[in-house]
Amino acid sequence: MTQAFVPPTRFAVPGRIAVNEQAASEWQTATVTEIRRETPRAATFRLAVPGWPGHLPGQHLMVRLTAEDGYAAQRHYSIASAPDDSGHVELTLDHVEGGEVSGWFHTVARPGDRVEVRGPVSGFFAWPGDRPALLVGAGSGVVPLMSMIRHHRARNLAVPLRLVVSARSPQELIYARELGAETTPVFTRSAPAGATVGRMAAAHVAPLLAEQPSGGWEAYVCGSNSFAEHASRLLVTAGQPVHRIRIERFG
Amino acid sequence: MHITRGFTGRPRVAGPGLPPGQYDAGDDWPVLSAEVTPELAPADWTFRVDGLVAEPRTWDWDEAHRLPPSAYEGAIHCVTSWSKFGVRFTGVSLDAFLDVVRPHGSATHAVAYSHTGYTTSLPLSDLTGGRAWIAWEYDGRPLAPEHGGPARLVVPHLYFWKSAKWIAGLRILDHDEPGFWEQNGYHERGNPWEEQRYSGD
Ligand SMILES: Cc1cc2nc3c(=O)[nH]c(=O)nc-3n(C[C@H](O)[C@H](O)[C@H](O)COP(=O)(O)OP(=O)(O)OC[C@H]3O[C@@H](n4cnc5c(N)ncnc54)[C@H](O)[C@@H]3O)c2cc1C
Repeated sequence: MTQAFVPPTRFAVPGRIAVNEQAASEWQTATVTEIRRETPRAATFRLAVPGWPGHLPGQHLMVRLTAEDGYAAQRHYSIASAPDDSGHVELTLDHVEGGEVSGWFHTVARPGDRVEVRGPVSGFFAWPGDRPALLVGAGSGVVPLMSMIRHHRARNLAVPLRLVVSARSPQELIYARELGAETTPVFTRSAPAGATVGRMAAAHVAPLLAEQPSGGWEAYVCGSNSFAEHASRLLVTAGQPVHRIRIERFG
Repeated sequence: MHITRGFTGRPRVAGPGLPPGQYDAGDDWPVLSAEVTPELAPADWTFRVDGLVAEPRTWDWDEAHRLPPSAYEGAIHCVTSWSKFGVRFTGVSLDAFLDVVRPHGSATHAVAYSHTGYTTSLPLSDLTGGRAWIAWEYDGRPLAPEHGGPARLVVPHLYFWKSAKWIAGLRILDHDEPGFWEQNGYHERGNPWEEQRYSGD
C-alpha cells in the first residue's frame, strides 16, 4: 500500500460537504409549480420535488428534458432557494438566445409541467453558513449566491456575508428587490442617476477585503468564464488568498 | 424517462462521434475550472512521475520537449454536456514518460495533479497505449492559460475533467485514490460513451 497522496501546492480546497452519491445518480420527476419573472431575460421556476434529499446553498442540480423521440438534453442549474424550502427547489434561468433547455423553460413551460432533475451534485461551491463569505457574481451567476443570502437570512446567521454583483442595468439585476445592505451592485451599461457605469474594479472589492473578518473571507465567484477570470484576478490582486477562492463558471 | 411536454430539442444531425447526452459546441470551447487560472511560465513548469515506479523522474520544459513529439486529433467531451470536434493537441504521448520511469507490475491507478493542486484519478490502463498526452499546443499555437497552458494532460476518451490542466505530475498507485471531482460526486472512470457522469452511473 502507498500512503495517501497529498498534492504539492495549495489549491485543492476540499469540497465543503460530502455529496450524497445516491441522490446524485437518481433522476426524479419535478413538477413546475410557479413561474416568476425576475428581469426581462430571467425567470424563476419553482419545482416541487417530493423526494428532494436537501442541499446546501451554492450547490447545483442537473435538469433533463426528453423529447418524444427519446432525445434528451441535460444542463446544470444552480439552486436559488434556501435549503429550508422543504420538498421544493427554485431555479433562475437566463433566456439564452437559441438555447435548447433555457428556451423550453422560457417559451413552453407552465405550471403542471414535469421535468427530471437529479442532485444536488458537487459540494465544492457549497456554503454551509459557517465561514465569512464574500460573494462575487455577474448575470445569472448571482443565483447560487442568492441561495446563500437567503440561507443567511432564514437562519439569522451572524457570520459576515457580502455580495458584489454585476449586471448590465438595474432592470437586469436579478433579485433586485431582495438584495439589501450586504450588496454592492455594479452596473456595466446603465446605472441609476448618480451611480457610475463600468466594469467591476479593484475599488469595489478592496474595501471589503480591507474589512477582514476573523478567519478571513471565503470567496465565491460565479458567472461567465470571462467574468470569473476578471473577478478572480481582482480578488487575488486585492490580497485574497488563491486557495480561498471558489469559482463556478457557467461556460 | 419522462417525456417533457412540448420539448423537441434542437434539430440535430446525429453525428457518429457524439456520445449520448452530448451536444456539439462547434467553435466554442467553454472553460470550466474551479480555481483561479495560474500564471505559470514554461520556464517554471515541471512534470514529475513517481510512486510505484522503478525510476521516479522530473522533466522540465526543455527536457519534456526533447521526447518524441506526438499529436492527438479528434473530439473531446465535457461532462457538462458539450463535445468539441476536430481539436488538435500537440505534445508528447504519456507512454514516452512512462517508458522512462517504468511502473511496477503492481501499479493499477494514477493520480494526476496540477501545479494548482487540482487532482484527478485514473486507471493506469486509460493512460497507456497511445491514449493520453501531455500537450502544450492547441491548433498549432501555445495552449492558453485558461485551457491549461503551458501544459495539460489530455485523455480524450474520458470526460475532460480527467485531463488535468497545468499538469504537474502523476503519482502511480496500486489502488484508486479519488481526486478532486471524484471526491465531489463524479464518476471514478468517466467514460462518455457510457455516460459515467456521477458516481453510481
Ligand atoms: C454549474 C453550472 C451552473 C449553472 N447554473 C445556471 C443558472 O443558475 N442559471 C442559468 O441561467 N444558467 C446556468 N448555467 C448555464 C446552463 O447550464 C446552460 O448552459 C444555459 O442555460 C444554456 O443552456 P441552453 O440549453 O439554453 O442553451 P444551449 O442549447 O446549450 O446553447 C448555448 C449557446 O450555444 C448555441 N448553440 C449550442 N449548440 C448549438 C447548435 N447545435 N446549433 C445552434 N446553436 C447552438 C446557442 O445558440 C446558445 O447561444 C449553469 C452552468 C453550470 C455549468
